[in-house]
Amino acid sequence: MPLLDVQNLRVTFVTEDGEVKAVDNVSFSVEPGETVAVVGESGSGKSVTALSLARLVPIPPARYDGGKILFDGKDLFSMGRRELQAMRGAKISYVFQEPSTSLNPVFRVRNQIAEAIHLHRHDVKDVRAEILHLLDLVGIRDAARVMDAYPHQLSGGMQQRVMIAMAIACRPALLVADEPTTALDVTIQAQILELLRELRKKLGMAVLLITHNFAIVANIADRVLVMYHGKIVEQGTVAEVLRHPKHPYTKALLACIPKLGTKQRRLPVIDHELLASQQP
Amino acid sequence: MNPENKTLLEVRDLKVHYGSRGGLFGGGTVVKAVDGISFSVAAGETVGLVGESGSGKTTVGRAIIKLAPVTSGVVLWEGRDVVSALTDSEFRPYRKHIQMIFQDPYGSLNPRLTVEAIVGEALEIHFPELSASERRARVAELLHQVDLKPDHARRYPHEFSGGQRQRIGIARALAVNPRLIICDEPVSALDVSVQAQIINLLQDLQEKLGLAYLFIGHDLGVVEHISSRVLVMNGGKIVESGSCEEIYRNPKDDYTKRLLAAVPEL
Repeated sequence: MPLLDVQNLRVTFVTEDGEVKAVDNVSFSVEPGETVAVVGESGSGKSVTALSLARLVPIPPARYDGGKILFDGKDLFSMGRRELQAMRGAKISYVFQEPSTSLNPVFRVRNQIAEAIHLHRHDVKDVRAEILHLLDLVGIRDAARVMDAYPHQLSGGMQQRVMIAMAIACRPALLVADEPTTALDVTIQAQILELLRELRKKLGMAVLLITHNFAIVANIADRVLVMYHGKIVEQGTVAEVLRHPKHPYTKALLACIPKLGTKQRRLPVIDHELLASQQP
Repeated sequence: MNPENKTLLEVRDLKVHYGSRGGLFGGGTVVKAVDGISFSVAAGETVGLVGESGSGKTTVGRAIIKLAPVTSGVVLWEGRDVVSALTDSEFRPYRKHIQMIFQDPYGSLNPRLTVEAIVGEALEIHFPELSASERRARVAELLHQVDLKPDHARRYPHEFSGGQRQRIGIARALAVNPRLIICDEPVSALDVSVQAQIINLLQDLQEKLGLAYLFIGHDLGVVEHISSRVLVMNGGKIVESGSCEEIYRNPKDDYTKRLLAAVPEL
């Protein structure tokens, strides 16, 4: 049984200018321990899809228009508030793009990690030891110092490690990482990706990675879904999709990325009108 | 690349240090944002400047147009020392020659002004002899050059997408007929498909107008694509420079090697 099974999900946003189908009949699944990437550009619906998985999309302006989200076989839409709350953070947790805005600036690192432990992990006796252990897991060497720091005293890479420590505090079965390295420098990005890979192995959790960057997909994911205008236009293993893309959008998107060491004079651009005319 | 290879800009041993006077806390820790760098840009060429956050690359761009305080060193424009030798008002004519475009087009456009006013403002300052109707005609021409429509002139920045806003920023930079544009991460905030359009636009404009670019970025693929030469910055110093092919195929500096190794490959 897949860990996560999304069937025909539809999320619509009601705006002054009419309705926008942010997620339009999307189906996919994630197996336990698997890394699945969702790629797409801004407005493709990838982040709304990710947030929907724990029913985090605000209603209104959004509206769930149908579909099912089965987590461990249980339907999210039939859960009560308490059941949903117990699941968030404990079974499915999130890491976002901008660690500096996701962390609370007025609390020390240890208080923020402790919050997750207090809420969901009643088995933990020694909270301090658990915090040190978590910081160690995310590769922070001077954990004793970092746990007493405020977020602004840490670099972007360190902040993101702290965010990841909070996210794995409850040993979630699924970690949703929404553009976790977009705000970071390339060398730091490489370290964070390596950390995610390592944690997945150590903790056996599945990762759903939301990104606009195909190179990151190539590096870390097992399977990839390509989103465009709220729809999944293509999905498959990373090797299949990156080497032999089938959908014209995937092909166009891959073509317009400047690649190191291959000199092209002009970059191909995506003809959205042509693509729209080719949509079935 | 260009027939004359005439040097437009030359930077010699440029240093920008902050906090050297002791400051409020007396201790006087000096931050060496830029620590003795030298390079030149010839007419019509694109020089790439790569580095990570804190490497000093943005400060270099700002120091060249007198937006950051130069501690020592000289910036020569066609052989003449223009930055440390001139006062702000004496420097003003050179602002015509050197323009800048920024990473966040929204943050760099005044939200209360129409596109016409944003692009026209530079014309009012640098070309006061133009009449209002001539100015309007020139704005229309500039919008056309960046593939925006004439009726976009009456709209406000919030009505545009990120890519269109960057086009407005480019039109504003072009308004004064510059010869060098400092592009500070101009495509970093854009989607890849929009990024490709803006890069192509910059290259088309270079061909048409003979512009030179100092292209500051952190994405090695993008910088390599658009530049003929690349400078790699780390800790306020240029650690490596050369043609893109040289640096990519045979990086010499450890930092450059690490940077290249960190780029995930497709």
